[in-house]
Amino acid sequence: MKMKYAAYPYIIWLIVFMAIPMGLIIYFALTDASGAFTIANIAQTGRYMPVLIRSIWLATISTAVCLVLAYPLSYMLSRMQGLTSRTLLTLVMLPMWMNFLLRTYAWMTLLEKNGIINQILGVFGIEPLTMINTQGAVIMGMVYNYIPFMILPLHSVMVKIGKDVIEAAQDLGASPASVFSQVILPLSMPGVRTGITMVFVPAVSTFVISQMLGGGTNQLIGDIIELQFLGNAYNPSLGSAISMVLMVLVLLCMSLTGFFDDDDVEDRLI
Amino acid sequence: MEKNIISLRGIVAEYDGERVLDGLDLDIRDEEFVTFLGPSGCGKTTTLRIIGGFIEPKEGDVFFDGKKINGLPPYQRHVNTVFQRYALFPHLDVFENVAFGLKLKKMPKEQIADKVEEMLKLVNLSGFESRSINQLSGGQQQRVAIARALVNEPKVLLLDEPLGALDLKLRKEMQLELKRIQQSLKITFIYVTHDQEEALTMSDRVVVMKRGEIMQIGTPQDIYNEPANAFVADFIGESNIVDGVMHKDFLVEFAGVEFDCVDKGFETDEQVDVVIRPEDIKVVPVDEAQLTGLVESVTFKGVHYEIAVDGHGQKWIIHSTLSQTPGTLIGMMVTPEDIHIMKKMEE
Ligand SMILES: Nc1ncnc2c1ncn2[C@@H]1O[C@H](COP(=O)(O)OP(=O)(O)OP(=O)(O)O)[C@@H](O)[C@H]1O
Ligand SMILES: [Mg+2]
Repeated sequence: MKMKYAAYPYIIWLIVFMAIPMGLIIYFALTDASGAFTIANIAQTGRYMPVLIRSIWLATISTAVCLVLAYPLSYMLSRMQGLTSRTLLTLVMLPMWMNFLLRTYAWMTLLEKNGIINQILGVFGIEPLTMINTQGAVIMGMVYNYIPFMILPLHSVMVKIGKDVIEAAQDLGASPASVFSQVILPLSMPGVRTGITMVFVPAVSTFVISQMLGGGTNQLIGDIIELQFLGNAYNPSLGSAISMVLMVLVLLCMSLTGFFDDDDVEDRLI
Repeated sequence: MEKNIISLRGIVAEYDGERVLDGLDLDIRDEEFVTFLGPSGCGKTTTLRIIGGFIEPKEGDVFFDGKKINGLPPYQRHVNTVFQRYALFPHLDVFENVAFGLKLKKMPKEQIADKVEEMLKLVNLSGFESRSINQLSGGQQQRVAIARALVNEPKVLLLDEPLGALDLKLRKEMQLELKRIQQSLKITFIYVTHDQEEALTMSDRVVVMKRGEIMQIGTPQDIYNEPANAFVADFIGESNIVDGVMHKDFLVEFAGVEFDCVDKGFETDEQVDVVIRPEDIKVVPVDEAQLTGLVESVTFKGVHYEIAVDGHGQKWIIHSTLSQTPGTLIGMMVTPEDIHIMKKMEE
């Protein structure tokens, strides 16, 4: 009974900060300037399909890169002694404590035509590379900013994989490769799922990174949405419609890849 | 039969500089049932882990079937383990857990299914195939762990207290079952237990350990009847251990009385430990007795009474089918064959 009362603040919080804004977005998306019902806003989002596809594509690549980089790192961290592992994990998280904009600015000065990297290359007589304002730079920015969100859930699942089950697998004849594919990979899948969600969702809707590192040519859906609210294209109804479409697409992607149906694996990790 | 399947030579193991095995020498014969017995922390699990390949000894060699296997990783050793803490795979169900080793050997599916079924039947878990591991009781998990190791029919099976979580009745059944399996499959069992009765009833040979050293290796009868020292005597069954002096061959003095005994070969007046089993002390009328004492307490133990006696400062424990009244003076007698003289252990 007590539990019920204790949950009230959270329920109120959920209503005020989740349900109401969500309702407003849906309301704006489905009404015109005078407040009458319309699907014109939704229909208009079709124009931005190429941008939407680019956003999903870049976010997918970034998520994949994050996974490939974070997985071995998290595994190594999880097999280390308590103190070493905690220290290294803190070092991984350290950049996150610095302001997001500042971090991304830093990358601008690194990647610029006259930036630090090209200057260093120049010392060795290498022609300056075009790095800023490319899709590669946007992907790099996303990976750099979001990789901690991949490492954390992976690490927290992997530390729970006991040395004893790994030894049991070895005992039953599993080579290191089999131990990985039969035990470590399946047991870390919940972390992989959470990590992918936590990187993909912010990456697909980011706008600062593409503006700062991608130049004008690599507009993402987040940039378009921002324009509708803060930019000169001011049109909250369209912005809401695009947000809604994006949300539905993301949910669809995830349910298609079976992200939500297998949460009992998480319980099984005891 | 007399071939050694596993030999340990001068094994030393350390954890963080702390020595836990101190020059272990041991030969285990093919198809033998050997039990490690000893108090908690004496190094039983560590010894199994060295045989299984999970830790490398700091010094010494491990031989399997005459070949040195130091450095061979666990997955290449023909040894399987029933772990002390089960170590079942939480992402697999009961069937998949048991099938794990067979799948790695690329055995055909139908054959795996047959073998797993058969093994689950053996450990009384038919019908549990698709249960998830955390839906099992401790005893059921333990039996899955046994099935998972045994289904591979290894040359040597290491069992680290495999029956610890079972109730007495199930434990007795499983003891018989394991012994039967061991004999019919002709697998060498290296078995760890705290339970001395389990060790005595199941084993061909018992290895008694203390603080990383082997105190005695022998058949259950040897260990029980001819304990090598007071520690073994005390650990295997209950014992009265008293200080004594060996005046000459076949004559020992303890509790202020001289006794004839069957031991010899000690120095004149050497300090010794005298061990007498509680069931070997007979209660006799006081005027016929070698020793006397006041009955302090009597406890009913099922088959016998345990009688605590104070013989002028020397405490005695007697097991007898007859009860005594606390507070009365009784007489005690021991025959020479039941007096076991042991060299004092240097601490
Ligand atoms: N991983 C470890 N790190 C440090 N010390 C350890 C480790 N494992 C075991 N020890 C120590 O080594 C000694 C022997 O341990 P071991 O596990 O072999 O004992 P055991 O005979 O199996 O005991 P039990 O009957 O309680 O299982 C103990 O003193 C223990 O504290
Ligand atoms: Mg142990």
